[in-house]
Amino acid sequence: MRKLLSLTLLALAGSTAFAGGYRVSIQGQKQLAMGHTGVAVVNSAEVAFFNPAGMAYLDKKFNFSFGGNALFAKTKFQNSQYNWQASTENLGTPFSLYATYKVNKWFTAGLAVYTPYGSSVEWDQDWQGAHLVNNIDLSAIFVQPSVSIRVGEHFSVGGGPIFATGSVNFNRNVAINPLLSVNGSGTDVTLDAKGITAWGYTAGFMFNPSKKLRIGMNYRSEIIMEARDGDANFNDVPAFASTTPTLQNTTFNSDLPLPAELTVGLSYKITDKWLFAFDYNRAMWSVYKALNVDFLNSDGTIRNSSNNARNYKNSSTYRLGTQYVANDKFTFRAGWYFDESPVQDGYFAPETPRNDSMGYTGGLTYKVNSKLGVDFSFLYLHFDEVDNSYNHYQENGNTLPFGGTYKSSVFSPGIGITYGF
Amino acid sequence: MKNKFIYLAIVAVGFASCEPEFDNAVDANYSSGEADFSSYVAIGNSLTAGYMDGTVSRVGQTYSYPNLLAQQFALVGGGAFTQPSYEDDVNNLGGIQGLTGTRLVINASVNGVQPIAGSPTITLAPQAMAYNNMGVPSAKSFHLRLPGYGNLAGVALGLANPYFVRHATTTTATVIGDAMIKNPTFFTNWIGGNDVLLSYATSGGAKADGMTPAVDHNATGFINPLAYGGNDITNSDLFEDTYTNLINTLTNGGAKGVVCTIPSVTSIPYFTTIPYNPVSDQALTANPNIGLITSLYQFLSDATNSRIAPLNLTDGQPNPVIINDVDLVSISNQISNIAPIYANTIINTTPTTDPQYALKITFANFLINNANTLGVLYGKARQSTSSDLLVLPSRSVIGVDPADSAANPLDVPGITEPMANKWVLTATEKTKVANATAAYNASIRSIAATKNLAVADMNSIMTQLVSGLRIETGQVYTANYFSGSTTEGLVLFSLDGVHPNARGYAVITNEIIKVINAHYKSNLPLHNPSYFPGINIVGSN
Repeated sequence: MRKLLSLTLLALAGSTAFAGGYRVSIQGQKQLAMGHTGVAVVNSAEVAFFNPAGMAYLDKKFNFSFGGNALFAKTKFQNSQYNWQASTENLGTPFSLYATYKVNKWFTAGLAVYTPYGSSVEWDQDWQGAHLVNNIDLSAIFVQPSVSIRVGEHFSVGGGPIFATGSVNFNRNVAINPLLSVNGSGTDVTLDAKGITAWGYTAGFMFNPSKKLRIGMNYRSEIIMEARDGDANFNDVPAFASTTPTLQNTTFNSDLPLPAELTVGLSYKITDKWLFAFDYNRAMWSVYKALNVDFLNSDGTIRNSSNNARNYKNSSTYRLGTQYVANDKFTFRAGWYFDESPVQDGYFAPETPRNDSMGYTGGLTYKVNSKLGVDFSFLYLHFDEVDNSYNHYQENGNTLPFGGTYKSSVFSPGIGITYGF
Repeated sequence: MKNKFIYLAIVAVGFASCEPEFDNAVDANYSSGEADFSSYVAIGNSLTAGYMDGTVSRVGQTYSYPNLLAQQFALVGGGAFTQPSYEDDVNNLGGIQGLTGTRLVINASVNGVQPIAGSPTITLAPQAMAYNNMGVPSAKSFHLRLPGYGNLAGVALGLANPYFVRHATTTTATVIGDAMIKNPTFFTNWIGGNDVLLSYATSGGAKADGMTPAVDHNATGFINPLAYGGNDITNSDLFEDTYTNLINTLTNGGAKGVVCTIPSVTSIPYFTTIPYNPVSDQALTANPNIGLITSLYQFLSDATNSRIAPLNLTDGQPNPVIINDVDLVSISNQISNIAPIYANTIINTTPTTDPQYALKITFANFLINNANTLGVLYGKARQSTSSDLLVLPSRSVIGVDPADSAANPLDVPGITEPMANKWVLTATEKTKVANATAAYNASIRSIAATKNLAVADMNSIMTQLVSGLRIETGQVYTANYFSGSTTEGLVLFSLDGVHPNARGYAVITNEIIKVINAHYKSNLPLHNPSYFPGINIVGSN
């Protein structure tokens, strides 16, 4: 068991963008295997994330789940008008940790730690899209203490505050024009901010009209990560521009919104062994209108700003999952989902190159004994090839679109343990 | 234990699998169409050689349009593409040792155009090799067929070209002969610029002495090029004959190709940067001699029967310069004769109580003492009009006050000293240029039609630069000269004002590619000019 734990205790939350925008929908091994349904599924402590109201229905007094994934993401880019090719490969390690404790018949407490947001994309330095992004690494860990209160036989509510902590590291070239470059290496800026904290909340209910049917709803609030006094460092500034005010190292402020999410769904026990679940997620991405960075003077006033339109739209995800308890030892799961991208036409920036996708999931649990189980999951995310561009970059007063054909592929095996008594 | 193996296996599989694949590879549809690019040869002048910022340099040459074309041809069966070697340009300074200066750059610390510091290391050491890029700076059409054009001994006599000396295969070789050694299957031909534009026009229509008018051989009818002066306009029949011959030679083996037309003066910043009226009222009023200058213009207006107008410093309009127009009828004698009469009138009619008395008497004496000089100086002088074009280098002489201006106020070019022939392309000279250009282009197009060659109409493309040429990215380019680092990305011309910079050559390459794609049904990718360098700016020099 210790070996397993040390193996699965991989890196911190350096996750990879794959689900709509920079949202990483990998918050539990059991539920991921079921298409990441869960708002109306009570399987394990993972419900602390999917719907805290469901914690009240867990059988055991104490439940613990811990797991992680290796998220492999590859994106290829090409543009045949100019004979451009580029690619990026990224490995992320989302993880989650859940614990619930049944205080009494109607009150359960829980703790959830998970990584719902991450984006680690690294293109070759000075590639054709370098003026938009060379590399970006953003991540957030959410710590969510929660309670679940059972109201009568069929109904429960639950929720709790969310403490978010995150960081961002972003590098791009300051211009397409090679005038700003040194020996072929473009002048670039690195934005770095760590230890950004913010608060939010989650709240929901679960309704069980019968022993077979569960209906759930969960709402997670929008959280705005406010980077304040991050570091902005400029590299490869040519000699003639060494005193240019806007190319001097300084600090920056920027806000990055993590959108609100509403999930509704149901689960149905077709037989004692066979469970079916359906979830609908709605992510309020329209809050992400632009990535605005304010570069500051030493006195804190704004020196200059970089405004980059993003114009994300609210998006939906439709999930189906199923679970079959074969025997005492093995439970099998499978799922499918359709993930709508929040990126609109003409706003396709290569730092989050994601169009609509379809996820295929599967997995199993091996019960070592009545208390302990090992969960396995895998996810394959399929993207159609997409032609799109980012049309809102301006230089010299002219708008210079950047686009081409993108094709992505994502694969993620995961492993976790469930312990309960 | 088992789990560990499963985990590691999954990691290995993970990295190996999930490889995204495109439906069509990026080059799936590229093709050479009906053209064969296996041996591509370019003939032409400096524009073909990759000349920019006043010279050919090692790095600049890599941005020549033939080299940029060859990079795209390579994707569809194009063969190796070689250019004359500039390995001896170790520090990328350009120039030729003992002959020309280094390449122009902007020195940011003084905000001015300067040759980059250092001495040229490029020599005339003969490479004696035929290359794919046979662009020879300064070559006129007939030079390409001239034996001995690459003979070092002929350079001093004006019969040979140092650039061709560097790579001519023998002392008697011709440019076209060396080009054919490559057995071209495809060619580009952009010759003719030096027959009118890059010689006559850029010299303001003057010979090397800067004053004597160069000859327009469309007027003389001379078709023996050995009798031509360096800045003369080539006779258009000779041009057509020469061009036909060149094309016949190039297409002899069945080669296909693109011919390019000659641009017009109005699309080149060398002619369009300095306005005909560059002198502000403030600049003139600040001149300590302005009283004398004003009186001088008043006199000249009278003495030339209004050929020269009096100065107007109160209308808020910038002022034209005074130029020497060789096509005017000389009225030197008239001016010299009127000067003393005008002076005496001043002396006789100005009362001693006039507050300006001393000044006016001084001026009257000035007229009497300089009557002859004034006649000689202003015999063919007039002010510039909007039909005249001032050449780019004139900005460093206009209004530049020599040290002895107090002693000799007639020395200030453009203000009191009429600008010499070489600084101005007058309306008359402009017409000669336009007519010759039109004649050459008509020949180019008709010869191309007889051989079914593609025509890249550089004349019409560069004319669009006047009001703005919009390219595929949405970027709009103009023929503006460099005016500051914030707008550098919009500039297509290098600091010599005539030749494109690397970005400009990329735009030219794209226009030729589009013509090839249309005419030969090829599918070649373009270059994206935004990613190409433009003006070179250094922190200090």
